[in-house]
This record gives sequence, C-alpha cells and structure tokens, in this order.
Amino acid sequence: MSLVVDILSAICLLTGSFLILSGVIGVIRFPDFYTRIHAAGITETLAASLILIGLMLIAGWGLVLFKLILILLFILFTSPTASHALGKAAWKSGLKPHGLVNKHDED
Amino acid sequence: MNNMFLIVTTITLLVVMALALIRAFAGPTVFDRVLAGNLFGTKVVLLIAVMGFLTGRPDFLDVALTYALINFISVIGILRFVEITRKSSPKEQS
Amino acid sequence: MRHIISIALMLSLIWLVNSGHYNPLQLSLGAISVFFVVWLAHRMDVVDHESQPIHLSKQLPIYYLWLIKKIVISNIDVARLVWQPKTSMTPHFQRLLISQKTDMGRVIYANSINLTPGTLSVDLKDDYVLVHSLTTDGMEELLQGEMAQRVKELE
Repeated sequence: MSLVVDILSAICLLTGSFLILSGVIGVIRFPDFYTRIHAAGITETLAASLILIGLMLIAGWGLVLFKLILILLFILFTSPTASHALGKAAWKSGLKPHGLVNKHDED
Repeated sequence: MNNMFLIVTTITLLVVMALALIRAFAGPTVFDRVLAGNLFGTKVVLLIAVMGFLTGRPDFLDVALTYALINFISVIGILRFVEITRKSSPKEQS
Repeated sequence: MRHIISIALMLSLIWLVNSGHYNPLQLSLGAISVFFVVWLAHRMDVVDHESQPIHLSKQLPIYYLWLIKKIVISNIDVARLVWQPKTSMTPHFQRLLISQKTDMGRVIYANSINLTPGTLSVDLKDDYVLVHSLTTDGMEELLQGEMAQRVKELE
C-alpha cells in the first residue's frame, strides 16, 4: 500500500516538474506578452496542483495535509485574478497583441 | 526513495526560477517583468513547501502560506502603481 | 443569518487548521478572534450572498469536476504548443457576448476562462468579455458556449 502511494506521489512530482519547466520555457520562447500569460498559466494551475498533490501523498493524514490543501486552494483562487489584472492593465495601457490570425475591432 | 524525487523537484524549481529571472531582466515591457515576478513568487511558495518536506520540517508550510498571500497582494499593488503612473504621464507609453 | 454562520464556520476551520495547538487558552483566544472578525465583516456589510455563496454549494461540485477536466486537457494542449515550432500558434483576440445576468455568474465565467490556460479574459464589461486565446480551437470552443451554458445553469 505504501509503495503504491510512493509511486503515485513520485509520478505527480515528476509530471508537475515537467509541466512547470514547459511553462517557463513557454514564457521565455513565446513572442508577445499576451501569449506569455498563457504559458505562465500552466505553471500556476496544473503544475502547482500536481506538485502539491505529490506532497500531500507523502504527508499522509494530519494537519500538514490541510495546510497543503489551503495553499493549493489559495493558489487556485488567486492566479486567475492575478492574470486577469495583468492582462487588463496591459490592455488599458495600450499594449497590442501581435501575430493575430483574426482582425478585431479597435476600441 | 521519496527523497530522490523531492531533490529532482527542488532542482527543477530552482532552474525554473532562474529562467523566470531571465524573462524578468529581458522582458521588453514592464508587464513582462511583473508576470515573471509573479511566476517567481509562486515558485518560491512551491520551493518552500518542497524544502520543508526535504528537511523533514513541515512547519515551513506556514511560511509558504504567508508568502502566497503577500505575493498576490504585491502583484496587485505593483499593477495599480504602474496604472496610476502611466495615467499621469501618458507620453511615456511605448 | 445563514451567511453569518457560514462565515464563522469557515473562519473557525481556517483557524483550527493553521493553529495546531488545542489547549483551552488558545482555543478561547481563537474563538474571540473569530467573533471579532465576524463582527467587523458584519459592520462592513460584506456578509451577504456574494461573499458567502451558499446557495450555489449544491451545484458547484459538479461544475468543479467538469472544470478540472477542462483544465487538464487545456494544460496538455498548451504544454504541447510550447514544444512545437512558433508557427503552430494561432492567436485570436475578440469580444464574446455573455448571457449571464448576475455579477456572480459573470465573475465565475471570466475566472473559468482564466483558469483554463490557452484562453484569457482581458476585459469584463456588462454585456461582453474580451478574450485572448492561443489557438483557433480554444476560441471556437468558447464560441460554442458549453462553459457559458454550464455557468448559466449555476445562477
């Protein structure tokens, strides 16, 4: 039983690490600001959840588990708000997205 | 066995933070820098949590929770500051 | 009244989880701080159906399950885009009309758009939301409106 939990947590940690690396490489590689927000989004939703779930599996039942859940909930609640604030501030200050496929109506 | 994967995760997180810093220095607009700063902050939260398990002291989680709170508020604060400064000096818009 | 009980329960839970010391003195100090915060929130008039959406609590778990599935799928899509050449990106930027009537519904919709990587809501007004998407598929999926329909059912 404990071996299964160990393997599950290892899978979660490794997948999370890989996704986090993909996300930050996207932040380096992607051509403009608006596309970079999407890449940062990977690291803040699924990758962070996977790493924290991996830690939860190691921690087992107890107070530590609830603290990890609290951290996870907090990250999931705040990250969409932070990215919306970033996108809105950039849009209001007149930063235009590059390389659009469709034409959009200007404000 | 678990320790090995925790170490791998720690090293990945450190590499990721270094790459985020590259974007923070290179980023052409101020928003790229704020985005990289936000990313760096979230990774610090994860790093503190993983390090707590690696050293066998889960008390570190309290620090991680506090850091998550401060990180979010600081990003919102910086964005408001940038917005207000841009409004008062529209000539600097790029 | 239900909202006050809900906020008190939530604060007590957070206090218990974060404290870890359960002797009488500290428990009573915790109870006092919970009462103080509830009183402050009541005085600020922020304890209502918006800060404590307990009328949603029945339908929310189903929506969350669906949303988690969506988040996993779109995460894999964006991660695949990262490792592909730049030309495979087809960014779109356009307004979507929104059908939700309440503020709560609009906020849930915009937050769900943000939580799935690949779509980002940039601006939210009364009747439209400005969305940037990384691929054509992501935009078309939003235009088909399954997410909007599900959020509307929540209201």
